[in-house]
Amino acid sequence: MSAALPLEQPLPLPQPILEAHGLFKSFGHVVGLNGADIELYPGEVLAIIGDNGAGKSTLVKVLTGALIPEAGTIRLAGQVISFKRPQDARLLGIETVYQTLALAPSLDVATNLYLGREKRRGGPLGSWFRMLDWVAMRRGAKEFLKALGIETIQNISQAVETLSGGQRQAVAVARAAAFGTKVIILDEPTAALGVRESNQVLQLIRDLRSRGLPVILISHNMPQVFALADRVMIMRLGRRVAVVTPGTSSMENAVAIMTGAKQPD
Amino acid sequence: MRVEAGYDSVTALGTPTETAEVLAKPWTLLERVQQVLHSYPALSPTIVLLGACAVFGLLNERFFYPANLSLVTQQVAVVGALAVGQTIIILTAGIDLSVGAIMILAQSVIAQVAFSNKVPGPLALALGLAVGAAAGAVNGALVSRLKLPPFIVTLGTLNIFTAIGLLYSQDQTIQGSNLPDLLNWTGTIVQIGSFRVTTGVVLMLALYAVFSVILSNTAWGRHLYAVGDDAEAARLAGISVNRVLMSAYVVAGIVFAITAWITIGRVGAADPNAATNANLDSITAVVIGGTSLFGGRGVIVGTLLGALTVGVFRNGLSLAGVQNLYQTLAIGVLVIAAVGLDQWIRRVGR
Repeated sequence: MSAALPLEQPLPLPQPILEAHGLFKSFGHVVGLNGADIELYPGEVLAIIGDNGAGKSTLVKVLTGALIPEAGTIRLAGQVISFKRPQDARLLGIETVYQTLALAPSLDVATNLYLGREKRRGGPLGSWFRMLDWVAMRRGAKEFLKALGIETIQNISQAVETLSGGQRQAVAVARAAAFGTKVIILDEPTAALGVRESNQVLQLIRDLRSRGLPVILISHNMPQVFALADRVMIMRLGRRVAVVTPGTSSMENAVAIMTGAKQPD
Repeated sequence: MRVEAGYDSVTALGTPTETAEVLAKPWTLLERVQQVLHSYPALSPTIVLLGACAVFGLLNERFFYPANLSLVTQQVAVVGALAVGQTIIILTAGIDLSVGAIMILAQSVIAQVAFSNKVPGPLALALGLAVGAAAGAVNGALVSRLKLPPFIVTLGTLNIFTAIGLLYSQDQTIQGSNLPDLLNWTGTIVQIGSFRVTTGVVLMLALYAVFSVILSNTAWGRHLYAVGDDAEAARLAGISVNRVLMSAYVVAGIVFAITAWITIGRVGAADPNAATNANLDSITAVVIGGTSLFGGRGVIVGTLLGALTVGVFRNGLSLAGVQNLYQTLAIGVLVIAAVGLDQWIRRVGR
């Protein structure tokens, strides 16, 4: 695991699991990504920081197929890939917790966890009549939540809209953790949370890393980023301006680069 | 005892004890009612229907006669069947103003090919279903591909399909006696105990049963809700929103074509001017049935209850000697009350 490597030496980095180069994406006159690059190595937590409008969420959406870039290449484990829709990224094992969570409020927890990849019943009921296997999905949903230590959600058939903000976030994180096999991306996963709930999500991220899953974390919370990340990528005006390691770089330094007050070394 | 200023500053910050008190505050009766109605969307239309039946039964004992109740179900059959398709579309946060027009178009095709071209009944029916699906596909393509608002799309196609239907049928009514037996089958009387309903009514109820299972027990059904709830969230969660929308309009179109068959049996003829109020009546049934016009919320059984409620109101008020126009007025009040109730129920836990 890269976290255990001595960070002072040049890292003998393996092949990135996910990398993208020269990404461009504009929205009318607004430039979202202006030649952005990213490399994510196996087993690491890579944090992305940047001011509002620096292109963090746009970069994430491009990496997950929610937006299609105008230029640039994306590679997963060395293979060039192009996503047309979010399903394409999901099929390759890239799971995302979006800022908006992307949950269906009126549907229950189990349905939300399996949304878009429902389990069907065995036999002709499933294959011909396409009936859902509720028993298996509810059982699976309980296991996902339990595996992540989420105990606050008692009722798996409760509508998501009846949950608290933290519980909703937990459902979204559980969904990503349950199905992510290659990369997990979290966009502001603690933005709406209280201290205790934030700590739960941070613990979840540590658990994911200890399971060997690489994580991309977007956050505004500097102490959180520096406590958790193996590397911190700083974005400014739609491109990557620096990558720092929390061990060797200070938070002030990162903020100065982020705001443009200081040129990266 | 602390000084007052200290006490104030503590409460201003919101002490743990204060939070605990807020949480521990018992729900009021009204809040409990709101929560229960929110958890069981079919409950409020059930209460309204049972209440209406009780009142009209007291006003006139003839209301509960089997013959009268059978009549209500037959009066409801056409709008009730259309409302199945309407519910599917409204669940996706859409609306279809062209339901009656699609139904008449399908009916014209079924009757004309059977009567003028001597096409056998089953084939005529199949052609009608294909026309219904195609008309739904036109709506679905305009809504999902061109991203036009469903209200505007179906307002346009309401006129287009109505015109095509009238042109094709040359505004001719074809009597049931001139049509193959299969097309009149929906008018056949079925005796259930002392009730006499038509096979059309049974067919309508079967539509509800089938779609009730589909909506709650298939991925497609669940995706309709997810798309209606929040289309962007559904897209990010990996649902092909366009495909779901397209299929919703196509499936609804097929339901409208099945309704055309029910209408031929109900009217005893293929009349291109039958069911002119059906467009808005189907929306009325859905709304009274507790399905939210904002999409993603509601159950199809509620729509059946809503359609029956409208039928019961009209029947009960006319048995009580109330004029036709006052019945319409009462239905209008009922619709607004239903939407108001829906808004109130939706505010739970917000």
